[in-house]
Amino acid sequence: MITQRVFGAGFTPRVQLALALILLGGVLVPLSNLLLAPSNPLHVPSYALALFGKYLCYALLALSLDLVWGYVGILSLGHGAFFALGGYAMGMYLMRQIGARGVYANPELPDFMVFLNWSELPWFWLGFDRFWFACLMVLLVPGLLAFVFGWFAFRSRVTGVYLSIITQAMTYALLLAFFRNDMGFGGNNGLTDFKDILGFPVQAAGTRGALFAASALALAVGVAVCAAIVGSQYGKLMIAVRDAESRTRFLGWRPENVKLFAFTVSAVMAGIAGALYVPQVGIINPGEFAPANSIEVVVWTAVGGRGTIVGPIIGALLVNSAKSWFTGALPDFWLFALGGLFVFVTLFMPKGILGLWDQWQNRTMRKKPADDPIEPSTAPLPQPAE
Amino acid sequence: MTTKAGTILYLNGVSVSFDGFRAINDLSLVLDKGEMRAIIGPNGAGKTTMMDIITGKTRPDKGEVFFDGNIDLTRHDEPGIANLGIGRKFQKPTVFESHTVEDNIRLSLKGERSVFAALFAKNSVADDRRITEILETVRLDGRRDALAANLSHGQKQWLEIGMLLAQDPKLLLVDEPVAGMTDAETAETARLLKDIAREHSVIVVEHDMHFVRELDVKVTCLHEGSVLAEGPLDHVAADQRVVEVYLGR
Ligand SMILES: Nc1ncnc2c1ncn2[C@@H]1O[C@H](COP(=O)(O)OP(=O)(O)OP(=O)(O)O)[C@@H](O)[C@H]1O
Ligand SMILES: [Mg+2]
Repeated sequence: MITQRVFGAGFTPRVQLALALILLGGVLVPLSNLLLAPSNPLHVPSYALALFGKYLCYALLALSLDLVWGYVGILSLGHGAFFALGGYAMGMYLMRQIGARGVYANPELPDFMVFLNWSELPWFWLGFDRFWFACLMVLLVPGLLAFVFGWFAFRSRVTGVYLSIITQAMTYALLLAFFRNDMGFGGNNGLTDFKDILGFPVQAAGTRGALFAASALALAVGVAVCAAIVGSQYGKLMIAVRDAESRTRFLGWRPENVKLFAFTVSAVMAGIAGALYVPQVGIINPGEFAPANSIEVVVWTAVGGRGTIVGPIIGALLVNSAKSWFTGALPDFWLFALGGLFVFVTLFMPKGILGLWDQWQNRTMRKKPADDPIEPSTAPLPQPAE
Repeated sequence: MTTKAGTILYLNGVSVSFDGFRAINDLSLVLDKGEMRAIIGPNGAGKTTMMDIITGKTRPDKGEVFFDGNIDLTRHDEPGIANLGIGRKFQKPTVFESHTVEDNIRLSLKGERSVFAALFAKNSVADDRRITEILETVRLDGRRDALAANLSHGQKQWLEIGMLLAQDPKLLLVDEPVAGMTDAETAETARLLKDIAREHSVIVVEHDMHFVRELDVKVTCLHEGSVLAEGPLDHVAADQRVVEVYLGR
């Protein structure tokens, strides 16, 4: 493949197809919503645009988890925290854009601060009236938290279940912290009642279309970045660390650095997803830090097929579509269905939907499986070192 | 006491205990530059633990461990020691199963070991040639694109030796390289190691006496964490204590 030679081994035909579809959808879906008459069969209704815009953010979140779980073997049960932090950073910008239009009509302070009788803006809210600053924080805050967390965790060689548990503890601690009113993030109500973004009303059809397109673009960039990383020599090293960490050490590599880089990049991606999610749903509250949210991301990724880049995107779209249907039709059964799905996938489809697809293709194409030089995205083999 | 100058490896009075059990007990061992040494000893003698100490996996409770004359290995960790020039083949072959044979060698090639170097690394012609050379040496040139997981046990052992060669270390520690090999493969491996020993210092741990005889080098017999006998194989094998240790099991 010529494209593969130009951009790197990670840009497999499958990744290229996914990129093309995401970009195409990112343009066509909003256009159809804005330009076509509702009677036209190709018209995408506004509720669907909002729903799928949200799913695109979830897909980016699942992709970010895949980078660390699928390729380096770090099962993060706290990725929702990075998503939520990115969301809060964007939410703070949106709050400051409300200005004097709030209930208490205070031009400086968001309503909840007036309600708490605060007289001035806390220092950590300064600067968020500027979009570029908020965007910088969307990248920096999750990235920095992941870097510091990873620095300590990976250096002290915490792995496996223990690592998963402390990632879960991290998001839980943040959940409790953000629930507190005196933290200055709106307590359990969170941040909401947004008015506009970059001067455009958030509810307007045009803004919603643009946010959808931005989410698709972010997802496409995420896919391209992951494909480039995974296709590089470093990507091979990630898989080596995942499958035989101690072997890499005796070859002179430092697995803690390999993990730290992936974990930080992944957290930044999750933060971007959260930042795009918040203006589309119109609210961010501490519930986004709930451990259950992070676990759902793991389910999406597992369902689609981890270590495949494209799989987690499919998983996020499918599982969330199912969730929307369930919560409408059988609201009480969703959690059971989700749990059942996870058990089913773990037992019968360890490589997810894409793994199943590959198997089926191999069989029908009668390829010699033994010497097949498979893509760098091979799903993990459970192979402990030594 | 021997002097450290001119030695590639110098262990003096090394001890290590696990929960009160002395796995290595006042062990002293000196390897000259360019020397190949075979280490024998019954199960649990401490052979693998000795390699763990040299490669930084286990910290000794006491004693000196010096590499290449005056480098104190107890002050370095595993990647640091690997980059100083010590390569290790594990008792249970450990290769990267979901990578191809070629990529296993590529990840081992001597070079800069930083994340950013790896991110932007380009495959050079020189690297490709070196990989071909190594694969020919370990008789895996026909399996270059095969997944390591699909290799036979013996081939995995060879691949791991190939990875060692790719690191281009000064000292190779090879733990039971012929375990699970056929007689033909064993003979081939002995030839391979003797080849390697021409340009490197090597320590080979092995139970297979035919193999050790093939190597035709000085032998050290470990028992209960210290040296029981040292010298030519015939001399060591004739030692009454060595015979007792092997028969007394
Ligand atoms: N990390 C550890 N914790 C506890 N005990 C250990 C540890 N490593 C080694 N031992 C013990 O130290 C002793 C020496 O083990 P070692 O693996 O070095 O023996 P060996 O000479 O390599 O034997 P073999 O020929 O079976 O490979 C054994 O009794 C082993 O159980
Ligand atoms: Mg051993």
